[in-house]
Amino acid sequence: MKKYLRMKIFVYLLTFVFAVTIDWLIPRLMPGNPILVLVSRFATLPESAKVVYSYLTKAFGLDLPMWKQYINFWIAFFKGDLGISIYLYPKPVLDVLKSALPYSLGVLIPSILASWFVGNTLGAVAARRKRLDSVMLPVMYFITGAPYLWLGILLAYFFGVVLRWFPIAGAYSFALRPHLSWLFISDYLKHWVLPFLSLFIVQLGGWAIGMRNMVIYELEANYVRYLETLGVSRKLIRKYAFRNAILPQVTGLALQLGTVIAGQVTTEVVFSYPGIGYILTQAILNQDYFLIQGCFLFIIIGVLIANFTVDLVYMALDPRIRYSYGGEI
Amino acid sequence: MKRFFLLALFAVVLTTVIFADAVYKRDETLYAGGGMWAPPSNWNPITPWNAVTGTVGLIYETLYGYDPLKDELIPWLAESGKWTSKNTFEIKLRKGVTWHDGMPFTSKDVKFTLELAKKIPEISYSYLWNWVAKVDTPDDYTVLFTFSSPRYHEWNYQLYQLPIIPEHIWSKMSKDEILTGANKKAIGTGPYMPETYSDDRMVYLRNDNWWGNKVFGQPKPKRIVYLRVLSNNVALGMIMKGELDISNFFLPGIPTLKKTYSDIHTWFAKEPYMLSDNTAFLFINTTKKPLNDPNLRRAMAYAIDPKIICRTVFEGQVLQSNPVGFLPIKGWMKYHPQDAVKQFGFKYDPKIAKDLLDKAGYKDINKDGYREAPDGSKFKVSIIVPFGWTDWMESIKLIASQLRVVGINAEAKFPDFSKYWEDLTSGNFDMAINNFNSQMSVSPWTMFNWLFNSNFDKYMYNGNFGRYNNPKLFDLITQLNSTPMEDIAANKKIVEQIAEIFLKDMPAIPLWYNGMWFQASTQVWKNWPSEKIPYAYPVTWGGRWQTGGVLMLIGITSK
Repeated sequence: MKKYLRMKIFVYLLTFVFAVTIDWLIPRLMPGNPILVLVSRFATLPESAKVVYSYLTKAFGLDLPMWKQYINFWIAFFKGDLGISIYLYPKPVLDVLKSALPYSLGVLIPSILASWFVGNTLGAVAARRKRLDSVMLPVMYFITGAPYLWLGILLAYFFGVVLRWFPIAGAYSFALRPHLSWLFISDYLKHWVLPFLSLFIVQLGGWAIGMRNMVIYELEANYVRYLETLGVSRKLIRKYAFRNAILPQVTGLALQLGTVIAGQVTTEVVFSYPGIGYILTQAILNQDYFLIQGCFLFIIIGVLIANFTVDLVYMALDPRIRYSYGGEI
Repeated sequence: MKRFFLLALFAVVLTTVIFADAVYKRDETLYAGGGMWAPPSNWNPITPWNAVTGTVGLIYETLYGYDPLKDELIPWLAESGKWTSKNTFEIKLRKGVTWHDGMPFTSKDVKFTLELAKKIPEISYSYLWNWVAKVDTPDDYTVLFTFSSPRYHEWNYQLYQLPIIPEHIWSKMSKDEILTGANKKAIGTGPYMPETYSDDRMVYLRNDNWWGNKVFGQPKPKRIVYLRVLSNNVALGMIMKGELDISNFFLPGIPTLKKTYSDIHTWFAKEPYMLSDNTAFLFINTTKKPLNDPNLRRAMAYAIDPKIICRTVFEGQVLQSNPVGFLPIKGWMKYHPQDAVKQFGFKYDPKIAKDLLDKAGYKDINKDGYREAPDGSKFKVSIIVPFGWTDWMESIKLIASQLRVVGINAEAKFPDFSKYWEDLTSGNFDMAINNFNSQMSVSPWTMFNWLFNSNFDKYMYNGNFGRYNNPKLFDLITQLNSTPMEDIAANKKIVEQIAEIFLKDMPAIPLWYNGMWFQASTQVWKNWPSEKIPYAYPVTWGGRWQTGGVLMLIGITSK
């Protein structure tokens, strides 16, 4: 057991350093020059642009040789300093994340969890009921296959413009200052419903289909046949099948939660909802090394933590893993 | 648990009462969009290119405003100003102007603003000191600028570009704070103060003690909520619902929508709907073979038909440019070089284009359908615009096909913006569309200075991307700059000479005028400026409020 954990932690640390190095390197290998892009927004006399360009290149330390920049990066990292965003100059990267992430997490985590629970439940039920299955399967395939952008625009148009039940832009009414009151909370929720719903719907199908197929596969497995011949009750068989089928779904869930920090750019664009997705996309287009680094750093940490959690959860869910490291098998 | 819940409920009810003011009244609030694409992060007038729209104009003010519709410099913080000799400019400041913190605004603030850039050469306008000798303040309301070599056109431009900052605050700030600070608590002299912001909005609150109330009148909206709208669909939907009062977005489909939604207001009721704001140029790399041949460049000018682009890509919302790229505004057209245009101007005519190419020796030798260079080598040119700029992407596809019609092998390419910009500035391209500094201004000098920027470097930071090198032309542009603007005949003479070189060598081809995109909703606010009541230029873009945006805020009325 201890050996298992020690091994895992070592591998994770190694992966972390490796991944962060790549994360640092890749934006810098892209063609283009972030300071030039920043200065391009400066519609003024060419003489001014030159002054600003040379100042900013120095200020961001981009005139140093690469290896020095790399060392500076790790030194700053251990001081908890992720640098200053070029795209949102002069906002520190941590502040960018702090102000944008809550919106993304507030929509993504509930939608992922809700679609996982509902999808898996539907899938497991459908696997055992032929009639329900024949109705549900095509529907689920349809919503999984539907392009998200199209679905989002459709929702926004129908509920926002035609029925006018929900607003079509913003995280809360543009006429409100945030404060703790029922008015504000209800208004916030009203703006939250469509982005949430759209994400919930697109993710639902995948989980449901996955679970259905897994359960059917497990119900055909040899150990189930064996149990059947032994005359074990259907209920117990289903329980065993379900425990086996859920394993890949747990991995999938963890990976989804781990990358949640990347945000959902399409949701943000379609519903003009704030969040980190659009900012990250812009950071990449603007070659904002520091913001890209910062975002992906958290994605790396997120994925690693998620995987680590899955490893632990697997031990609880699947006794075979537990025993293999306990040396009992 | 139950008690906690009750307490929480109580707190919510209580705060609802306290924060009744937290809801902005609809008829006192203006919702605007189109000039903010990133979450608000910067209110520093020293770094205006990255500051939230309104930082200059709403919070900080300039000595003058500019009205392009009448071609008038509007005395703003200055009450009057005049050239007292060839190289001194005297400004009388308005009395009774105060900063938002109540301190009086005086000539010392103006002097400080300029001299700060002498002390800190990293400030963008520090190069002013190449031609300004000194700034004197004989009294609290007089500023005397003495020039070592006066640049009249540039000075008129700076008068309404340079935001004045308060000495009593900025003199205590460190160099780093000045250059890289976000300046969250911006204190200016302007009609609005920053109130609050979040990732998708910036809220301005009216400054009821604004000095201009007595001079120009009070701006009507108590609050301006500037929205960050991430897609055209959403902006369009919000205008239709009456949730966005003014939009400076380019929205496809406005001509069609105007037929069914009568409350969408545009400048012109009919085509082209929008005012012309800046000129889109096709830059040609004059350092690359065979594009370094003026004959080829001129032939291309004849081969391209911007009219089709205006009609199909922009649905008639923009106009075709004249051969020298002069915006159809009073301030520029008074210098319009009609003689040079008449003699050397071009217009769409593929037949002439083919003749020019034949004469210059571009012939299809290997019979592949495309012409070869005079030395017999095959060539292919690519045109670039940034990926995702859909209107430009469609435009260059059309241009490429028009060039192929006359036998020039051309293709359209769409790199990401940062790649596009690096290629453009480092001279690593064939042809590209750009319009970044051709916008409306007090003098066509700003366009020429950008189009033929003479600071050759590793990167052309702004302008002259085709690296066209002609010392005679650069001289003429400098001459233009140092000719007093009132002397129209002398200026025009120089502009004619510039235009002749421009049209003969064609280092860039003017294509169309991008619009001053402006759609307003008449559901809450009315009396928007238009062709019929042209009282203000309808702009809310960053750094442009002083050219009409503020006057528009004063002119509109709520229903």
